[in-house]
Amino acid sequence: MDRNSRLNWINRLILPALNVLTAFAATAIIFVLIDVDPIEATQILLYGAFGYQEGFGYTLYYATNFIFTGLAVAVAFHAGLFNIGGEGQAYIGGLGTAIVILLLDPSTSPWIFIPGSIIGGLLFGALWALIPAYLQAYRGSHIVITTIMFNFLASSLMVYLLVNVLRKTGQMQPESQLFAENSWLPFIHNIVAKFGFTLEESPLNISIFIALFFSFIVWVFIWHTRWGYAIRATGLNSTAAIYAGIKPKRIIILSMCISGALAGLVGINELVGYQHRIIMDFHFGYGFGGIAVALMGRNHPVGIIIASLLFGILYQGGAELAFELSNISRDIVVVMQALIILFCGALQYIYSPWIIKMLAPINEDES
Amino acid sequence: MNDFFLMIVLTLDATIRVSTPLILASMAGLFSERSGVVDIGLEGKMLASAFMAASAATIFGSPWIGLLAGVITSCGLSMLHGFASITHRGDQIVSGVAINIFAAGMSIILGLAWFQQGGLTPTLTNDERFLSLTLPGVDLFNNIPLIGTVYRELISGHNLLVYFAFLIVPIIWWVVYRTQFGLRLRAVGENPKAVDTAGISVNKLRYKALLIGGILCGIAGAYLSIAYNAQFTRDMTAGQGFIALAALIFGKWKPYTVMSACLLFGFLDALAVRLQGFVIPGIGEIPVQLIEATPYLLTVILLAGFIGKAIPPKSVGVPYIKER
Repeated sequence: MDRNSRLNWINRLILPALNVLTAFAATAIIFVLIDVDPIEATQILLYGAFGYQEGFGYTLYYATNFIFTGLAVAVAFHAGLFNIGGEGQAYIGGLGTAIVILLLDPSTSPWIFIPGSIIGGLLFGALWALIPAYLQAYRGSHIVITTIMFNFLASSLMVYLLVNVLRKTGQMQPESQLFAENSWLPFIHNIVAKFGFTLEESPLNISIFIALFFSFIVWVFIWHTRWGYAIRATGLNSTAAIYAGIKPKRIIILSMCISGALAGLVGINELVGYQHRIIMDFHFGYGFGGIAVALMGRNHPVGIIIASLLFGILYQGGAELAFELSNISRDIVVVMQALIILFCGALQYIYSPWIIKMLAPINEDES
Repeated sequence: MNDFFLMIVLTLDATIRVSTPLILASMAGLFSERSGVVDIGLEGKMLASAFMAASAATIFGSPWIGLLAGVITSCGLSMLHGFASITHRGDQIVSGVAINIFAAGMSIILGLAWFQQGGLTPTLTNDERFLSLTLPGVDLFNNIPLIGTVYRELISGHNLLVYFAFLIVPIIWWVVYRTQFGLRLRAVGENPKAVDTAGISVNKLRYKALLIGGILCGIAGAYLSIAYNAQFTRDMTAGQGFIALAALIFGKWKPYTVMSACLLFGFLDALAVRLQGFVIPGIGEIPVQLIEATPYLLTVILLAGFIGKAIPPKSVGVPYIKER
């Protein structure tokens, strides 16, 4: 193997693996600090995520959300933009989905309901990303700051709408009326039942296939279309991209809208797939989780699917952990998420000098 | 008339209390961003400090030890931010996000392990908190109409950290604009290469700025849990770190204007509480959420250059690579 291909392997496999391992090791230290046996905790976590059908269903259900937000962050990353507004875009996207469903007649066919609700989510998510994108491209405000502000704006707006507009009359909970049954996405356990198999009930629904479908679309789009090429070129070197005739302003708008649209699909899984109404904070934590997923998955759909699965495992296993052990809560998953963002993101090159020295020293190349 | 006057005074009084953590946190951000390091981890540092301050105060029975614990925690996270973004030249925003999420999760995990109260810390007794001080002369002024009320309600009756926050602003102005350190700080945020050429270590300077930010942010967090409130609760910063960041931008990275922005945002917050259910004739009820969202909205509008222009330090967010 020549040095370049070695470096390639180091960058693509060894370093990310080491970074994830470091994050896990740090989590293990935290477990020890709070007097929890890390091995026992891992066993409980894995049992919760895989040990029984319902648990595994939950794992995949959570993973679906992470695929959407992970793809969202990744598309923006490819254009060199940091979309920290996944939270807000997911929230508003859910609003779009709910509006479409609540406005359509309850007897509408599912064949109209389902694409309609997806389009609603895509459009509203894109819209919520369009404004920060426009402001970045044409008014020079920084995308990170505006998207943070838009997260808070989304949350204020949604509280207002849920309490004053969408809330069913005579109800205390700030949530909408139940969606028409025709709009519900089929649960996986119901689908397999039709073929004569039985699965324990879980919130897992066909959204996971929608997520996989969009992962494929993103892969094709980023690596096999002109637009995707333009996005990657801008992300790598926007000055060079200009010389190639690419207009960075348009790329900012395009990539952010796609990013927002993807984040806007969280509502499809959460609301149309499971809750069957719009509730407060259904999106909570997935937007930020998407950052960890994209960093860990190195912005590639395959990596994102794997990372999402890992986060699904952590989410569901974390719930099991909180249930089994009294001195720990699900927030341990949040801590892990932070450590993964830290080690796979901000500190991603921490081992790089050592590893390169060890596995691909420079002078070897010359001999 | 008198009632109305009292209501205004009380709203302003609440403004001061709510603005205090914003001022401290945004001053922390000012040091960090002026040195060229984006600090979106203000929220997390405040939250971590709030938790550790309340924990230490309840364990050791002293607000001072609480404050110290909060400051040390916040400085520790600041140094982590520095390690990732200065030493390893990692993405400053990614590092900040990690700190925010880490603090949100860790505060609950440790709280649960230490106190078994669902992530809360035990309620602090009065000995374990910073209590309101009564300034001398309240009785003396009390008989004078208006001024007496203003002095009693607005000037007197705050805790030590509130006075500290307002006193530190002119000092920070002096440090930033009138000292050698301040000059270098401003230079390193604009043109680190020039500073490097002058034989001053860019990294050291940035670490120093982050450390000062860590101290201020720690005080802000401690204020929330052991002065303004009497315990730590889940996610008790509730976005104030981001409001402080907004104030920093709104105030264009200048101490006095940033403080004014904090007071404005604090006032909106105090107003939102009082306007709940208040009906303006002819317009109707103002949605509280709209007032709550105003700081964010104003910042977006300002950043877009529709009201003035906020120009950040030139090298903010760019890791410095020393040429060899």
